[in-house]
Amino acid sequence: MFGSLTRGCAALVIAAVMALPAAAATQLTGAGSSFDYPFFSKAFYVYSQKNPDVTVNYQSIGSGGGIAQFTAKNVDFGATDVPMNAQELQRAGQPVLQIPVALGGAAIAYNLPGVNATIKLTRQTLADIYLGKITKWNDPQIARANHGVKLPDTAIVVVHRSDGSGTSYIFTDFLSHVSGEWKSRVGVGKSVSWPAPSAVGAKGNEGVAGQIRSTPGAIGYVELAYVVENHMPAVTLQNSAGKWVACSEATVAAAAADKPHVSPTDFSIVDAPGANSYPVAGFSWVVVYKKPADSGRARMLYDVLSWLVSSAGQENAKSLDYVPLPRSIQASALSTLKQMQH
Amino acid sequence: MIGTARLRRRRVSASLGAALTLLCALLAAGALLVILGYVVVQGIGAVNWAFLTQLPRPVGMTGGGVGNGILGTIIIIAIAAAMAIPLGLLTGIYLALFGRGTIPEALRFLSDVLSGVPSIAIGLFAYTVLVAPLKHFSAFSASFAFMMLMLPLLVRTSEQAIRSVPQTVREGALALGMSNFRATMRVVLPTARPAIITALLLAIARVTGETAPLLFTAFGSQFWETNPGRPMAVLALQVFNYAISPYANWQAQAWGGALLLIVAVLILSLGARYMLSQASRRLES
Amino acid sequence: MDEPAFRRIARFVSPVDRGFAAVVYGGSALFAVLIVGLFIELVLGSWPSLRAFGPSFIWKSAWDPVASKFGALPMIYGTVVTSFIAILLASFVGIMAAVFLADFAPRWIAAPLSFLIELLAAVPSVVYGLWGLFVLAPLVRTTIGPVLQHLLGWTPLFAGPIYGVGLLTAGIILALMIVPTVTAISRDVIAAIPRDLREASMALGSTKWETATRVVLPAARVGIFGACVLGLGRALGETIAVTMVIGNRPEISASLFAPSYTLASVIANEFTEATSAVYISALIELGLILFVVSIVVNAVARLMIWSVRGSRA
Repeated sequence: MFGSLTRGCAALVIAAVMALPAAAATQLTGAGSSFDYPFFSKAFYVYSQKNPDVTVNYQSIGSGGGIAQFTAKNVDFGATDVPMNAQELQRAGQPVLQIPVALGGAAIAYNLPGVNATIKLTRQTLADIYLGKITKWNDPQIARANHGVKLPDTAIVVVHRSDGSGTSYIFTDFLSHVSGEWKSRVGVGKSVSWPAPSAVGAKGNEGVAGQIRSTPGAIGYVELAYVVENHMPAVTLQNSAGKWVACSEATVAAAAADKPHVSPTDFSIVDAPGANSYPVAGFSWVVVYKKPADSGRARMLYDVLSWLVSSAGQENAKSLDYVPLPRSIQASALSTLKQMQH
Repeated sequence: MIGTARLRRRRVSASLGAALTLLCALLAAGALLVILGYVVVQGIGAVNWAFLTQLPRPVGMTGGGVGNGILGTIIIIAIAAAMAIPLGLLTGIYLALFGRGTIPEALRFLSDVLSGVPSIAIGLFAYTVLVAPLKHFSAFSASFAFMMLMLPLLVRTSEQAIRSVPQTVREGALALGMSNFRATMRVVLPTARPAIITALLLAIARVTGETAPLLFTAFGSQFWETNPGRPMAVLALQVFNYAISPYANWQAQAWGGALLLIVAVLILSLGARYMLSQASRRLES
Repeated sequence: MDEPAFRRIARFVSPVDRGFAAVVYGGSALFAVLIVGLFIELVLGSWPSLRAFGPSFIWKSAWDPVASKFGALPMIYGTVVTSFIAILLASFVGIMAAVFLADFAPRWIAAPLSFLIELLAAVPSVVYGLWGLFVLAPLVRTTIGPVLQHLLGWTPLFAGPIYGVGLLTAGIILALMIVPTVTAISRDVIAAIPRDLREASMALGSTKWETATRVVLPAARVGIFGACVLGLGRALGETIAVTMVIGNRPEISASLFAPSYTLASVIANEFTEATSAVYISALIELGLILFVVSIVVNAVARLMIWSVRGSRA
């Protein structure tokens, strides 16, 4: 009776298994930053084409999630836009290596139907929008920077991350640099208490981009790759040198150029001084254990990650509007990685 | 004639009332058709052979499919059913054979409790029991969560189905010298089979669309996976992730995946109904 | 099928039967252990949070993972409001539909319509969420919202900006999800009311509508209330569809158009990234609250339904 049922199920599963290519490849798992997700999905795909015995399963659950799952040892590596701090390192229990793997910028995307010109915002204005002090698009402070543009009387809808996000960290780091009020009232973090009254939270960079696209009057911080991929308009910001810069590979590279050496304790490149620097830029990091439990997997992990930070791996970043790591950073990342015991 | 105006008013409100009830019934039924319609219209374009058999492609590339999600769903549900059927049947047999009493009543109470627990709480349980201690996500933990979602229906139905087997049938088997075990396995259960299979189909229909427990058990994957000890792609999870993404290509695939889910669930539900009608027809004859 | 105890025990003498009995006992025991274990794990998991915050967890409204300050009030608010909207809409539509199906509809309409409404319950949650996100939310933003704001914008309930996602949209989706439950059970309860009650009312000159509203519904009110409470229980625990349309903001706001958060959505969104033990524990405590509330609601509902249907069994 149930014999026929179970036999049927078993046959189905066996047939399915036999119909597949040998899924005997080792699968490495990683989780974390959605900032990196487009880059990782392309890069790991390319890597697996070249090395069919290794696959990397990366799930974009937010930097906070990446660190949590990495600490719980549920995944082989974590990806986060802000390196683990002392407290998180202590919780991990074992020595952790942190290497920068990607460089990107958080573009300020917006949705303003009927306005064709690109909106310009000063850094202070952006901070005031997120503080909730500026609530309409035709506010005089915005109008002052956008001469000749007819701004509608639409309410500004501030979009932020609802999950623990390294992109949020980079953005709040930037806001704290430019606004003392933000620094004291809200602070910097992967997950903060957003003060703007008219705000919506969304999950992942993907969610924020999706929310902005479907909400007229919305503004939010999104990784450049998502903005370019979806042809979303992004704000031109005034940087600390007073110049107006749009978020692009060149301007983000300029921001990184001001800091040739980064370390897990000194990594911030927001509000960089250069003339062509984009103010909201940051590195993204991968965290691995210095001595992973399984040495076979450790070897494969080392191979994948050293490829990722090399020029070959970074090539995939360019086509997706990330900025390839500067040579000096590639070198220091590789030397940190060599400390891995495999 | 006294009160003709009043009578007229009552007749009018009676007609209006009747119309209101019809409207509400049509609204409720119409809602299904509207949702179904949207899913079909939006999803049918995305569903093709490539969609059903290929792996997801990375961001920025078109094409790709949900083949691994379909396979993952089948594997996870198969394992969940393999665990839920014996457990549910045994508990149902116990309840049917030992009807009254505090322990059976307690078991029935527990079964009712379980049927009301939100699936996310069950997901939390699966995480604390199977993911956290073993330190990796796995399809098996998702199967465990699904098993718990399927159990109440299986327990309740198998108890009722076994109870409804006429006493005479069971007595007859025992009179022929069969042990209780044999009598149950060879006579009582086969008689109760249609009802139990119906319950199984409905339970599978229920978990096919469950997404919440998957968030922290199956984890998801971009690759083919058949090992239940590893993370696995699941169709419902893929639909969720694609739906909240900003890529038009992925959103179209979300609709396609939704179409597959709804078709699967409808086939299972209709299948269950058909079995039920067959069974009642057989009982009548 | 209940046999006297001595006959029962007498059946299990042979070794095969004893083994069979052991397996049956074992299976049932495992079943019980799983469910009790679920409760225990939830309590154990919430212990750090219970110890750190105590009962004030329920009425504190700060949800600040950075400062490790957790209060469940905004989530409880969101859950209560969305469920309340859902129950309001679903009970009205569901009860009226049930009256139609039980009393007004000819057989050839009642059967297919009932069938369609019951199928609504089979639609997966993520499909509801998808439809809500891409169809209902824009509809609320462009049509339903402005109309409501135009008519009722003077109340704080319908004031404020309309995003499309928010409490109202989530409430409507939940209503769609629980309408089949409310309709099906109400219909059964109404159909179980004895025919003579209706006939007596009609004999006294009432119209069908008056009979339905003044005689049948009051007679069935306990069971119908039970159906609504059962629907409420479903609405409270619904996760995925709500997460996709609620707006994900742990804030209490008077406006129904505002984004919010429910107990289930915050767990779904934040669990995988909870880093500190207190954070994880706070989320599990939310799960425990959800668990306890749904048990209570479901128990109340079943008591009510049984008190009407049970006496007819």
